[in-house]
Amino acid sequence: MIPPSFDYHAPDTLEEASRLLLANPEAKLLAGGHSLIPMMRFRLAEPAALVDLRRIPGLSGIREEGGSLCIGAMTCESALEKSDLVQSRYPLLADTTRVIADPVVRNLATVGGNVAHADPGNDHPATMLAYRASFVASGPSGRRTIAASDFFTGPFSTCLEEGEILTEIRIPEAGPGSGGAYQKFERKVGDYAVAAVAVQLQLDGGRVAGAGVALTNVGLTAIQAGAAEAALVGSDGGDAALDAAAEAAAAAADPADDHRGSADYKRAVVRVLTHRAASSALARAREAS
Amino acid sequence: MAECRGLGHSVQRKEDARFIRGQGRYIDDVKLPGMLYLDIARSPYAHAKITRIHEETAMAVDGVAAVITGKTLEGFKLAWMPTLMSDQQMVLPVDTVKYQAQEVAAIVATSRYAAADGAAALEVDYDPLPVVVDPHEALKPGATKVRDDKDSNHIFHWEHGDADGTEAALAGCDTVVEQKMHLPRIHVASIETCGCVASWNPVEGHLTLYLTTQAPHAIRTVVALVTAHLGLAEHKIRVISPDIGGGFGGKVPVYPGYVLATAASVVTGKPVKWIEDRSENLQADSFARDYHITAKLGSKKGKVTALKLDTVADHGYSDAAANPSKFPAGLYHIATGSYDLANAHVSVDGVYTNKPPGGIAYRCSFRVTEAVHAIERMVDLLARENGEDPADFRLRNFIKPEQFPYQSALGWEYDSGNYGAALEKAMDMIGYQDLRAEQAEKRARGELMGIGISSFTEIVGAGPSKTFDILGIKMFDSAEIRIHPTGKAIARFGTKSQGQGHETTYAQIIAEELGIPPEDIQVEEGDTDTAPYGLGTYASRSTPTAGAAASIASRKIREKGRKIAAHLLEADEADLVWEQGKFYVKGSPDRAKTIQDIAFAAYTNHPQGLEAGLEAISYYDPPNLTFPFGSYICCVDIDRGTGQVKIRRFVAVDDCGVRINPMIVDGQIHGGLTMGIAPALLEEISYDADGNITGGNFMEYLVPTAMETPHWELGETVTPSPHHPIGAKGVGESATVGAPPAVVNAVVDALWHLGVRHMEIPMTPARVWDVLNEHGAAATR
Repeated sequence: MIPPSFDYHAPDTLEEASRLLLANPEAKLLAGGHSLIPMMRFRLAEPAALVDLRRIPGLSGIREEGGSLCIGAMTCESALEKSDLVQSRYPLLADTTRVIADPVVRNLATVGGNVAHADPGNDHPATMLAYRASFVASGPSGRRTIAASDFFTGPFSTCLEEGEILTEIRIPEAGPGSGGAYQKFERKVGDYAVAAVAVQLQLDGGRVAGAGVALTNVGLTAIQAGAAEAALVGSDGGDAALDAAAEAAAAAADPADDHRGSADYKRAVVRVLTHRAASSALARAREAS
Repeated sequence: MAECRGLGHSVQRKEDARFIRGQGRYIDDVKLPGMLYLDIARSPYAHAKITRIHEETAMAVDGVAAVITGKTLEGFKLAWMPTLMSDQQMVLPVDTVKYQAQEVAAIVATSRYAAADGAAALEVDYDPLPVVVDPHEALKPGATKVRDDKDSNHIFHWEHGDADGTEAALAGCDTVVEQKMHLPRIHVASIETCGCVASWNPVEGHLTLYLTTQAPHAIRTVVALVTAHLGLAEHKIRVISPDIGGGFGGKVPVYPGYVLATAASVVTGKPVKWIEDRSENLQADSFARDYHITAKLGSKKGKVTALKLDTVADHGYSDAAANPSKFPAGLYHIATGSYDLANAHVSVDGVYTNKPPGGIAYRCSFRVTEAVHAIERMVDLLARENGEDPADFRLRNFIKPEQFPYQSALGWEYDSGNYGAALEKAMDMIGYQDLRAEQAEKRARGELMGIGISSFTEIVGAGPSKTFDILGIKMFDSAEIRIHPTGKAIARFGTKSQGQGHETTYAQIIAEELGIPPEDIQVEEGDTDTAPYGLGTYASRSTPTAGAAASIASRKIREKGRKIAAHLLEADEADLVWEQGKFYVKGSPDRAKTIQDIAFAAYTNHPQGLEAGLEAISYYDPPNLTFPFGSYICCVDIDRGTGQVKIRRFVAVDDCGVRINPMIVDGQIHGGLTMGIAPALLEEISYDADGNITGGNFMEYLVPTAMETPHWELGETVTPSPHHPIGAKGVGESATVGAPPAVVNAVVDALWHLGVRHMEIPMTPARVWDVLNEHGAAATR
């Protein structure tokens, strides 16, 4: 449980952080450290250097601006839990943060780290896909905005270029008739999900006008379940639509057998959770109408 | 005089002041000048020949001082060490590794970091060998042989009871149920891992060993025996067991790391620290359970008549169980449980496989959990087969209060019990009939709810010297009490607390006997240079043995005090009456001397002809074991969509005889219940076909948190032990032993109408869902 030796840098600016990453191809960014440091202690990751983002100003905070909920990448999970804005207007995000690891971890673990680590077992990637979120990244060639659907390229890999750093997450601002829910099933608190489902809905006149459905830990990346979304859009949110969406989500899942259960079991859990998450999201969207 | 707060008082735990302030002193807090650090390189293979260890690859790491291999140890005849079960295990392999994560070499370095880097850098060449993981496969002819020094993988056959009589009785039963069940490997996973600091003084020829051990005295003797050929002697060995963060049986054995640190200290002449990490602890330290049981239970006209258990016990590559020497399967033959049945036979066949060695307890008194699981599952099945409610069936078949002392079919003499009272109390507390009515309604609506009972009988307090010993050392335990001139006291014991609260409960026993308040009594354990010899703390034996010794030693002091009081009061000893804390002259209660007066006089004004001082020692050899019991009722709801079992309510009625500190008893039961539901629902260490361990870290070995733990509802009955000086029985393990079958019975009860008759543990959501799916009962929403 003792990692090999490594260099440690704590730059004051994003530019300096990018420069350090480019100069040390074996370096890793350190945000909250709650995925990276355990991997280092198991010697599964042996970075030559850590570039700690904690001293760079302006990387944390939660605010609504320009039609988006903007979350700084270094915002810790517990800040989302304590945010009235998130708790009152972004129930899918509120659900998600509450089931990540445990309170001690959430005090240090960051939203940006959860997203950029791109572990298929992490919870925020599916939530961000369901929200149609976008990510702001800063690097040697400047700033760019990346759609969540383009971001996750494989297990533990993203489309971020060398030296590029995730700085902000943008979720479309919640309006009337929107609501979402995250349903996670885990073997015990703090475990990665057996499966989890994020659902974000937009109602218009009692019908579903927009839907985001995404799945956690049942594939190599978080999976956006397009067919499940299609089954919901245009429907009245009745049981038939929910059943169809659940079936489509189960079909979209691509799980593997492991200690959390067989692939068949995980698909069944996706089906059940999709139904439950969609029911809950509908109720919340109706309340917000 | 201040109230002495002896038995029955929830005295705040004296030890907690240091624990909750972070002032406990655990093994890793021991830091000695010039100390070196030891880390261990381990095998990636479950079975392989070591063709070469490239020591230079570790020596090249900055700070590495030495690499110790099996060949190094062989030169000192230390490559192998004896186990408590007369088998042997490797300290380090000379040529072949037998399980994944086995110790291969020790790296000694000037810092813990350098030692870890050295262990990671060490290159070892292996030739993998065929692996045998399944004990049933291991017993087949032609199976891969695990041990080169043995003829086969069969370690021992042990049986007890009347085989022919039991077969005949089963043949005469009108109803017989049969069930196979596996209690998988689990691990105690105490919060503190194992470790030691060995400090060899070459000038004095003296070894001090700071060890996480539940049995410091026995360890000292074992060390003296295995190192005698190197010139070490018992009076030159001091074992100190500091504060321990949980033992549960896992800190009884001697682990290779202890021997390696000692060898490294002798070789380097410097203190050497070895602290195990969590993965090493889970992957290589002694496991518990791993019993494959085939059970048969029969009844005639509704009366339980005969029990038969045949068992295959997977011990890994060495029988490193920690049982009393004459009991290769521990106290498994308590398996007739709480029931009056005349015919029983149990057998166990121990088997070698390519897994870590062991077979220790996990918070239980030597295989009692396995026995209780078997009988409580079988009684439930037999009740159903008889068409009777499991509660009614138990109440009819219990040993009756008037039958005690009760001779069991497997040879035990149960000391006391009132099983019906405990079950009826539990049924009242949970509202059993109402729950059954609710279950019927829910079932009609398609919801799954179950109610499970476990009415266990434990057997603890090992044990009477005529049958109980470890490596020949009788299983007595001891107390030494010294009263200071001012009436305060120090008391030392041969046991060793790992969180049980001995500093408080022992003080309360002495308080009860002598009238000295607990806060005036300093309790010490764990230093072999100062404490009297004893066999240590495990198997719920501390109160039955050392607690009894505290009583007896106190009474010896009281009798000497009587002589001193007679001298002070100028009265005849026979005319003195003892009332807690003082002697007075019969008929003149104001002519009295307190224990504090007497203590002062023992040093300042003792009668001529009597030795000065006021102290006593007792080595208590219990006349019998004690038999705590209880009835637990668990109510579960099952999610048909995910297979998740939720414990809605759990009522635990325990009878541990007289309660010394009710708060500590409740705490023991809370912790025990949590460790009891864990294997039922979460915990398992398993292996793939190549012997690769799964469940070797806390990501996969699922220890329950507060979130998985239901609210415990506790009740009690009190049936004193007739042979223990204060009527106490021991309570450390009852809940761990009793809880698992209550949960299994509840889940099977919830699924009974679907045709389900048994569930293996752990009842993970995936496993439960598979059963639901198979029976067409899985939901899609």
